[in-house]
Amino acid sequence: MAQDSGQEHPISLYFGIWGLLFVLSFFSYMVDYMNFQGGLRWTLILVFMFLKAGFIIAIFMHLAWERLALKIVILGPPVALMVLVLLMTYESNYTFNTRLEFSGASTMQPTHH
Amino acid sequence: MSEVVLTETESGAVADFSTDKQTFQVPWGKAMMWFFLLSDTFIFGSFLTGYMTVRMSARDAWPVPSEVFALSFGGDPIPLILIAIMTFILISSSGTMAMAVKMGYRGEKNKAFWLMLATAGFGLMFVSMQAFEWTKLIVDDGVRLWSNPMGASQFGSTFFMITGFHGLHVSAGVIYLIVVARRVKSGFYDRTRGNYEMVEIAGLYWHFVDLVWVFIFAFFYLW
Repeated sequence: MAQDSGQEHPISLYFGIWGLLFVLSFFSYMVDYMNFQGGLRWTLILVFMFLKAGFIIAIFMHLAWERLALKIVILGPPVALMVLVLLMTYESNYTFNTRLEFSGASTMQPTHH
Repeated sequence: MSEVVLTETESGAVADFSTDKQTFQVPWGKAMMWFFLLSDTFIFGSFLTGYMTVRMSARDAWPVPSEVFALSFGGDPIPLILIAIMTFILISSSGTMAMAVKMGYRGEKNKAFWLMLATAGFGLMFVSMQAFEWTKLIVDDGVRLWSNPMGASQFGSTFFMITGFHGLHVSAGVIYLIVVARRVKSGFYDRTRGNYEMVEIAGLYWHFVDLVWVFIFAFFYLW
């Protein structure tokens, strides 16, 4: 194969991303530790999650330097999963409401550990 | 007849997809690993979507992960501490793996070998801690696939399926890394002209395992 597919990047870049991933993980743990709730919690979780995932895919997995054809084929199909998530959101709301209607509210008393 | 001019020959996806011979300008092993990982994305994506569905439709309250996965070292329980440590271990392993790929391409076989072994070592630590976590949940807390004392009965099945499947990936990755590391050290890739792309391909798999954990950590443990 003639083309050079070998990925050679400065080691400082890897160290930088490595450190960044540690910091982002620390922040996402802090979301739980500081006991943020509601919209703020979910937003922060998603922001840190997508940042971490993005850096891993782009830098560590070298996708940022691959040709557009490969990027399209890798990143395109998962959009279908987003559609599945959307559909299942409707489905689970329907199931939940049906359960409430026919069985009433939960009577379970959870025990905490 | 007008002439078709493809302008973006350098990086154009149109040109790549309309080529006669080869669409993806990467070694076949790398393309195949990417396609495998894409299929794996759908497996984990479906698992997580299934988890979302049962959690949203559960009548009983979902167990609070922050409390379920808290550990105490003598004092007050620290929320999610074991999971946080496991996350840091997996990120450390991603770093050593990235270095190993770099060293492989540089031809520094010995360094690549040890960095890959370190990565595998982190992987083993991760799986061991997961075994500890499972034991605590099953033996101490009485979590089963079909029920648990903390809340919605669907908690157990989704937890064991998702983390179990991920743990299986980590375990397979440890074996895979050890095999490739041995071949790096023995000079196998010098003889087979397969060169050190194999290290990068193994790295793709390992980074993917870390990537999946990012999503599990966010959706299962933090949400």
